[in-house]
Amino acid sequence: MTSAEYEIVIGLEVHVQLKTASKLFCSCSTEFGAEPNTQTCPVCIGLPGALPVLNSHAMELSLRTAIALNCEIPRFTKWDRKNYYYPDLPKGYQVSQFDLPMSQRGWLMISDPEGEFPETKIRIIRAHLEEDAGKSMHDEEAGKGDSRIDLNRTGTPLLEIVSEPDIRSPEQARSFLSEMKLLLGYLDVSDCNMQEGSLRVDANINLHIPQQQEMIATPIVEVKNVNSFRAVERSMHFEAERQYRRWQETGERLGDVPKQTRGWDENAQVTRAQRHKEESSDYRYFPDPDLVPVIVPDERVASIRDQLGELPAAIRERLEQQYSISAYTADVIVNQGRLLVDYFEELAGLSGNAVLAGNWIQQDILRMLKEEEITISQFTVSAVSLAELLTLVDTGQLDHSRGREVLQAMVESGEGVEQAIASLGIEQVDEEALDALCQQLVEESPAVVKDVQAGKQQAVGALVGKARKLNPNVNPGRIREICLELISRMPGSEQNPGD
Amino acid sequence: MPLSRSDVERVSLLARLQLGEEELDRLTEQLSQIVQYVEQLSELDTEGVEPMAHTLDLQDVVRPDERRPGLSREEALANAPRHDDECYRVPAVLGD
Amino acid sequence: MPHGMMTSATGFRRYSEIERATHPQGVDMDLEQTSATDLLSELGSGNCSSVELTEACLQQVARHDDTIGAFLQVETESALARAASIDQQRAAGDPLGPLAGLPVAVKDILCRRGVPTTCGSRMLENYLPPYNATVIERLENAGAVIIGRTNMDEFAMGSSTENSAYQLTRNPWDPERIPGGSSGGSAACLAASMVPLSIGTDTGGSIRQPAALCGVVGVKPSYGRVSRYGLIAYASSLDQVGPLARTVEDAALLLEVIAGHDPRDSTSAPNEVPRYSTTVREPLEGLRIGLVKEHFGEGLDNEIASAIEQAVRVYESLGASVHDISMPHAGYGVATYYIIAPCEASSNLARYDGVHYGYRTDTEAMLKELQAERQLLSTQEDEGNLDSPLVRMYRRSRAEGLGAEVKRRIMLGTYALSEGYYDAYYLKALKVRRLIRGDYDAAFKQVDVLAGPVTSSPAFRCGEKTDDPLSMYLEDLYTVTANLAGVAGISLPCGFTSSGLPIGLQLQSAPFQEERLLRAAAMYQAETDWHTRRPPWHDIRRI
Repeated sequence: MTSAEYEIVIGLEVHVQLKTASKLFCSCSTEFGAEPNTQTCPVCIGLPGALPVLNSHAMELSLRTAIALNCEIPRFTKWDRKNYYYPDLPKGYQVSQFDLPMSQRGWLMISDPEGEFPETKIRIIRAHLEEDAGKSMHDEEAGKGDSRIDLNRTGTPLLEIVSEPDIRSPEQARSFLSEMKLLLGYLDVSDCNMQEGSLRVDANINLHIPQQQEMIATPIVEVKNVNSFRAVERSMHFEAERQYRRWQETGERLGDVPKQTRGWDENAQVTRAQRHKEESSDYRYFPDPDLVPVIVPDERVASIRDQLGELPAAIRERLEQQYSISAYTADVIVNQGRLLVDYFEELAGLSGNAVLAGNWIQQDILRMLKEEEITISQFTVSAVSLAELLTLVDTGQLDHSRGREVLQAMVESGEGVEQAIASLGIEQVDEEALDALCQQLVEESPAVVKDVQAGKQQAVGALVGKARKLNPNVNPGRIREICLELISRMPGSEQNPGD
Repeated sequence: MPLSRSDVERVSLLARLQLGEEELDRLTEQLSQIVQYVEQLSELDTEGVEPMAHTLDLQDVVRPDERRPGLSREEALANAPRHDDECYRVPAVLGD
Repeated sequence: MPHGMMTSATGFRRYSEIERATHPQGVDMDLEQTSATDLLSELGSGNCSSVELTEACLQQVARHDDTIGAFLQVETESALARAASIDQQRAAGDPLGPLAGLPVAVKDILCRRGVPTTCGSRMLENYLPPYNATVIERLENAGAVIIGRTNMDEFAMGSSTENSAYQLTRNPWDPERIPGGSSGGSAACLAASMVPLSIGTDTGGSIRQPAALCGVVGVKPSYGRVSRYGLIAYASSLDQVGPLARTVEDAALLLEVIAGHDPRDSTSAPNEVPRYSTTVREPLEGLRIGLVKEHFGEGLDNEIASAIEQAVRVYESLGASVHDISMPHAGYGVATYYIIAPCEASSNLARYDGVHYGYRTDTEAMLKELQAERQLLSTQEDEGNLDSPLVRMYRRSRAEGLGAEVKRRIMLGTYALSEGYYDAYYLKALKVRRLIRGDYDAAFKQVDVLAGPVTSSPAFRCGEKTDDPLSMYLEDLYTVTANLAGVAGISLPCGFTSSGLPIGLQLQSAPFQEERLLRAAAMYQAETDWHTRRPPWHDIRRI
């Protein structure tokens, strides 16, 4: 967390690849992982004479996201060219949005269920739609150093979301990103896969250092190439410390030096200054004459807002109230995504015990999903089957650990609850047999009886263990009850709870 | 002259053009002359005039999100000055 | 000398053999005086075949293009094959398109699948587009026989076709003079009767000005009328493809084929295309003609001014009313244009960087050059100012692949868009552009068409203005405003100077009023014979 000597100030730029079938301005596939240069056409590789036409779905997904981020949606938006030379940018310009983006001035609430920081509103400056560049790969083997260019990704729709510098710690930065990712998932606008580059983050960071008379701001550094949430958190920690040391050494303040760009080196866990650009970036933005403006009427915004569906923050609150589960449990469930929420709600409804359902999901289902590296949609036990099992546990017909065994069997065999119980050889042991078993155990264990009679009730656990060895189907809770009762009736007991 | 030689040098880097000494001199003079000519626009009062980037009043021209076959890799690379049958090749991209 | 080099390489020297083999006698056809419209009926009635017509055109090219230099490439074999297939379709009674069997020449700026498309630039010398421009598709669907690529100013930047990287094109009326530009090849090949129809593009006058200087008809359609898909961009918000022909009817015929909405061009207008080729013959009742008084000031050649006045009198004699119009911002057109067009061009031409297609410098030589420069540096700090190999590759490729005028405009546009200058130049120009459009809107409330000159002087001599870019830019004075405002314009022959050089009459109409524009032009043409005059320097041959 923030050190006492300074305050960390972070603003994030998130690039989200939108989930469209085709590119932003042409009909090429956006599929990840194809062979290099097999998903291009004259438009996206900028052949002379080719012209762009806007993908309507990309606009729709951008609006959906911006509205969910509480942004204002101006009626008029247009396309601009950002001019710069790079081999993965075949037209020599990127089609983006400059002075009139499709959305602005929104916010996202972040909070920490562990209570590390209070609920905080992170303001969004703007979100705009733009096309992605291709990929440059440095070819070490070529000796003299050639780069290889793959243009498959060129023209893929990206939503760039820029936050205000409202983030005050690396933990908050991470929290902002996970909440953003979660929201994008609920909106179904992006795969948010950082490995595949469908969610990319650049961070701007500096420090505010209080001195006697004034607050000193250190120069802002842009950190690029942070490819996981953990990397964001770590790079921000590293950078804060580095900037503080730098300030101590040089006294450099904001404005003394040009804005620096540093890259995060994941292996070394450090940021490194990137090579100076050839010239100060002068992108010569101007309206793209090949594209026409987009008008977004209020009715369209309203209709998209109506169709957003329930979003994470609202769901957390509702689950907590409707099902009386803890904020923590609601958070865990909601953070897993819409499908798990649906699973939970079905399970809670059918089993009649939402708290139990929540616990099972948190403790068992999530563990199983993680072990199998699958999502809830691939999980073979339906909420209906699991609800049957939970009902047995809830009514004491199965104890928790037997329940787990049954669930494991259901997962492994694909069987229903009854079948799984049967194949595990679990059967109800009737009361008479239980009484007889307990009677036998009590008689065989005078030491335990003595201990219990001396007030050490937990000693009866040994009898429960023995009972389960003799008959794994017995309900341990019931064994415990019966044994205690038998012991209490025996001579030497001080009280006789039965009467 | 409205443009200095160093202005022209700066712009030649932005425009990715290599200019020889003579060319720099000539362009400094010619561009200055042209810029002087176009500066006549400053005579006009354009207060409150909406800039006109397009002459046609078109908007919301979109296409459905559908895939269509594009170029084969052979076609895409066919005009490349240098390629390795998979990728375009250029002198090393340094920096990031 | 570059002139002629292309021609020998493209095979029409072999034409004489084809001529002897396939067409020993020739048919009785006057290529010079028969319009495209009449040629269509000749083809339709069986008086001649498309192969015969195509051969006649190729023969005319073979005879005169060594002098004129209109063509960068003549596609003898493919044109004859195409003509033969049209003839077969006709014989079989298959449905035929509106241009079936007619030879058409195309400016070397429209992409054609697998056919070199150079835009007059060294940069694209070996470039083979993998797709067809929409206009090319429409021509092919209409049954046109494309016979070759015509010369042009590099990337359509110029008013004389002298900026072609490949060859000069000469004015058939006086080979010492330029044909105008940038569509100089497309105008010259018509004036020299090599083809009945050609395609050009007009960004600031590049169809109308060469049409005027070569004594033919050229139409700049309203912005959005014709698809730009596959048109190699110079200035996207100004570029339009248009027809050139020897008569207004022929231009109407060709415009009707190429016009219309294209979903691949976001700036293409969804408006219906009228039947220009039919309605062009219908005179307009109560035509209102406007004369822009700002067009008749100093600088306009006297002979041109009087030719325009006489043309206006012809209209009056036809019952048209003539009105004085003021366009107070017309004089700012050139300044506005030479900001907007270079700005767009600087971005449109950024793609020519030697990475994905086009010319790339010799990288070995480039690396040696850098090495030598590095050794001259004394301090480490200076090294930071040295180009990286990649940047140097860009800069050398572009410097070597692009010509002087193109570089000049790229520099101008880059400067005008760069930090600190955007508002003063580009944004200001966009505002003046709106004022110019306002002038037009006001004018077209009062009149149907504006009449005036196309150029201030007739064709100038080759080399006369090459060292003075600004005077070359001022050539566009009367034409650029139509592009800036998106209105339609036509140039048609309206007389000759005393030295025998053609003079063009420009008519302009409101956007998407081409029908009216063509009808008004045809009315004038019906009363005059300027369009039937042919250059005096070569024999009238019958084949």
